[in-house]
Amino acid sequence: MIREQNKKIRTIIVDDEDLARQVLREFLSAHPEIEIVAECANGFEAVKCAAELEPDLLFLDIQMPKLDGFEVLELIGADRAIIFVTAYDTFAIRAFEVHAVDYLLKPISAARFEAALDRARERLSGKLPSAPLVAMELAAAARPPSQYLDRIPVREGTSVFIIPVAKLDYAEAQDDYVALAAGGKKHLKQQTISSLEAALDPSRFLRIHRSYIVNLERVVKIEPYGKDTHVAVLTTGAQLPVSRAGHARLRAFLDR
Amino acid sequence: MHPILAQLRRLLLYLLGWIPLAGMLTYLLAVPGGLSWLEATTVALILCLLYAFVCLAAWYPCQATPLERSSLPRFLATHIAAAVVASAIWLLAARTLGRMLTGLEEFRGVDVRLSKDFPLLFGTGVLLYLLAVGFHYVLLAVEASREAEARVMQASVLAREAELRALKAQVNPHFLFNSLNSISALTASDPSKAREMCILLGDFLRRTLGLGEKPSIPLEEEMSLVHAFLAVEKIRYGARLRMEEIIDKEALDAQVPPLLLQPLVENAVGHGIANLVEGGWIRLTAQRCDGDLSIVVENLFDPEAPPRRRNGVGLANVRQRLEARYGDRASFGTNIEGQCFRVAIRLPAETKERAS
Repeated sequence: MIREQNKKIRTIIVDDEDLARQVLREFLSAHPEIEIVAECANGFEAVKCAAELEPDLLFLDIQMPKLDGFEVLELIGADRAIIFVTAYDTFAIRAFEVHAVDYLLKPISAARFEAALDRARERLSGKLPSAPLVAMELAAAARPPSQYLDRIPVREGTSVFIIPVAKLDYAEAQDDYVALAAGGKKHLKQQTISSLEAALDPSRFLRIHRSYIVNLERVVKIEPYGKDTHVAVLTTGAQLPVSRAGHARLRAFLDR
Repeated sequence: MHPILAQLRRLLLYLLGWIPLAGMLTYLLAVPGGLSWLEATTVALILCLLYAFVCLAAWYPCQATPLERSSLPRFLATHIAAAVVASAIWLLAARTLGRMLTGLEEFRGVDVRLSKDFPLLFGTGVLLYLLAVGFHYVLLAVEASREAEARVMQASVLAREAELRALKAQVNPHFLFNSLNSISALTASDPSKAREMCILLGDFLRRTLGLGEKPSIPLEEEMSLVHAFLAVEKIRYGARLRMEEIIDKEALDAQVPPLLLQPLVENAVGHGIANLVEGGWIRLTAQRCDGDLSIVVENLFDPEAPPRRRNGVGLANVRQRLEARYGDRASFGTNIEGQCFRVAIRLPAETKERAS
């Protein structure tokens, strides 16, 4: 993506603290090529604004109400330049794993800010390789081990749903998406089923088929279905195909 | 100092232990030794009393030759040599005693009769000394295990103290970083407010540093620390942070461990207010009841908020400190009611006079 010289960099500042936004605003005011299109005070707003305003650059706090910075990134996609801004140095590795342009620590120095902005410009002008689409996968994978997902944020248009994993009945792969079945509804999310599987607690969720992950608490019974295959019947009444390998895994789990 | 000489009670018990030995020596001197019963009893009692003290000297070679770190030849050489020396001293004493007694009417000629028993006395002396060596090794072992126990106890006390000191000195660094960032913002937009925040932050830090040395402070002082903390947070969070206090005047002079409430309020801000878009309230209640101090910290929170780091570390610390200090006399509990998170603690209400 080659950016025209006269086109402004559309920027959103996301931080729940007014004063923290103010510092960024002040630093950005010295750069006429930057246009602040929105300021958001929480994760939901950030996702909504990102969907509506198509920003090029986001300054993203990590710990915020509603959604944290990583969840916001997961929902808005990685084809924008992201600069994380936080008081915590412990998220840095995770931030670069999800291809953040930079990671600024509060209190922010002007010099460090300029360097981050330079990196963002380079990323936007295509000199720095932009984040691949798999960044969202990375966002899920970059979770510290032993800490499995306890909620899944899903975006539909400009609104965000949070699905607590305890409410997830099953997940079904649909091309580049997974359909998450919870509470009688299905929510589509751009993610591969393998990365979702990796992020879920394996003692609660099991891959029973190439295309299905099931919440083990929902499984009522397993019935034979044709030669070599089975179906799992859930408390919701749903019937999911179980592959041969999936059946072995399910049996091993139920026998325990 | 010799452990037996250190206490009169131990010395008496030790000498009591020598009475049967004196009895045995009496028998030896009278029956195979050929002394009259009166002579044998007198000589045996005096010699045993004397030898009881000589044998106490075994403590020093025993200490110098620890069982587990000495070679067998050295061990044997040391103690056998000492036994021979001790027994020789004993013989010398026996000879002197014999000469002294022979001057008396009833004991005439005892020195000659006793000198015939010198080989017997010498053998007995060596054996008795070796018995004392064994006894002293047992004593050393008991002493060592008692010392080890005391060391373990002391180590755990020291560790707990160090932990408490660290706790007291601990200010959440992210609170500092965020506050400094707020000051950085204010320097451009509102310099006088920036200065005010510097002063508030300095005030809070100075108070936390000063508290490290004190074992307990009045609730009133802890509350002013909480106020200093909230004054800083209030600038960061603005109208999102609302504090409500219901504090019984009677409770203000009750002694509490320093930094008991501040972590609870910090937790309420970090995990409650910080996750609420519109902010929320924190309510602190403190009162005396039935000789106890009851403190409740409640705050609004978002049950669906993204999980935060450090979750519950501050709370766990407070609970451990209460446990270490008051044991069963204090209680700590948390519960969630809808969107309200509540921490309730109860501890003995001590005032300064009683505490000191």
